[in-house]
Amino acid sequence: MRNDGKPAVVIGAGPAGLCAAIELKKAGAPVVLMDENAKPGGQLFKQIHKFFGSQEHKAGIRGFDIGKELLAESLRLGIDVRLKTEVVGIEAGLKVWAVEDRSKSYTFDAGTLILATGATENALSFPGWTLPGIMTAGCAQTLINVHRVLPGQRVLMVGSGNVGVIVAYQLMQAGAQVAAVIEALPRLGGYGVHTAKVRRAGVPFYCSTTIIRAEGRESVERAVIASIDAKFQPIPGTEQTLDVDTICLAVGLTPSIELACIAGCKQIYIPELGGTMPAHDEFMRSSLESVYVVGDIAGVEEASTAMEEGRLAGIHAAWAMGYMDETTMKTKTEETKTRLKALRQGVFGQKRFEAKKRIVEGRKEA
Amino acid sequence: MNAEKSPDSRIVKHAVLGDMPAQKEVTIYFEGKPLKALEGEPIMATLVAAGVTVFRYTKKGSPRRMFCGIGRCTDCVMTVDGVPGVRTCVTEVREGMRVERQQGVGSWKVQAEASHAQ
Repeated sequence: MRNDGKPAVVIGAGPAGLCAAIELKKAGAPVVLMDENAKPGGQLFKQIHKFFGSQEHKAGIRGFDIGKELLAESLRLGIDVRLKTEVVGIEAGLKVWAVEDRSKSYTFDAGTLILATGATENALSFPGWTLPGIMTAGCAQTLINVHRVLPGQRVLMVGSGNVGVIVAYQLMQAGAQVAAVIEALPRLGGYGVHTAKVRRAGVPFYCSTTIIRAEGRESVERAVIASIDAKFQPIPGTEQTLDVDTICLAVGLTPSIELACIAGCKQIYIPELGGTMPAHDEFMRSSLESVYVVGDIAGVEEASTAMEEGRLAGIHAAWAMGYMDETTMKTKTEETKTRLKALRQGVFGQKRFEAKKRIVEGRKEA
Repeated sequence: MNAEKSPDSRIVKHAVLGDMPAQKEVTIYFEGKPLKALEGEPIMATLVAAGVTVFRYTKKGSPRRMFCGIGRCTDCVMTVDGVPGVRTCVTEVREGMRVERQQGVGSWKVQAEASHAQ
């Protein structure tokens, strides 16, 4: 047990970071929550669809409502939330270097660090991909659902995973037309419920299809797509031209591991969860004892799993800092782990469950 | 589907989000031209609402707009109040703000003005 008075610093106020900070504060531990954005909530506020899972996982509740609940709880608990605060360095001994409002720089000592920095959407390179009008699906989602502006009228969605089909549907809700959803693999990637909604609206889906190029002078005017063979090579003669002014890329995410690298956490490569990420144990502890990783930085999943991982780390850190007895910690972490396991069931969940097990094994080898 | 757009591409009615709440307006200047902006929104949103498709040109003259929209990729950088390289997707509008397309990495107009004053 240790209780040296240094606070736990949570970096990133998205679903994972908010939940970690809430658990720490509930246990009475000093906690500081930092985020570079002007508003907390991470990417929750652009999720206007209902979440999956059971009732205790907030299923049936829309992402932005979950965000509002978490913010209200953090406010009620009086958590020290520092917005417009970028963490730009972590020095030995867990000295956190932060820049506030892009003007005030300071450092201070953290007792525990919880990294909840999220993930970054992947790009896809093809001729014309830098043209205005080409953006990640998450960018379009932010524009329509958070800022309420429509970036274009007619959209091609590249990628049929959950992000692709959910954003395709939300673009239609916002008043755009979706010309097609294309998928490089021979089968569709998203949950049936989301995919079916887009299909019912009359949007064509093309599997084993890729984008060949984007055309336009100062912005996108057309997209050329084509079928691909088993080796992902375009099949000549299958080209189709779609008149679109917007191309959205929903081709996966990569954990944002920069701060974990600076801190010196051991990394592990797990392609199913987005690439290279810090290895962690069953309590979300990285290879460094006082540094936890939660949410998409610890493997790209969903907001629901991110919240549970945040809680798990928050509870464990509260115990490690001396603010919770061992029995309570064990009971609470077991409950959280049970809920996490329930979220990693089914065809999609099982794959993530197995991949997460490899992360934990990777941490043991460290 | 259910959305209704205002002439400036703002989504004023939405089946899930409801009607757009009334917000205080501010004026920003894009290339010297006044644009109506909503308090609290990022510069990117104002420009998209106004139908601006090119935010900047690279050194080689290739046009760019926005890509990630959450401050990660720096595709949307512009010269704001004389400072080049400002991420317009995470920078909130302010009354009287001057927003300009930049060429390449742009130049520090603030410094130039300051040295001119000396």
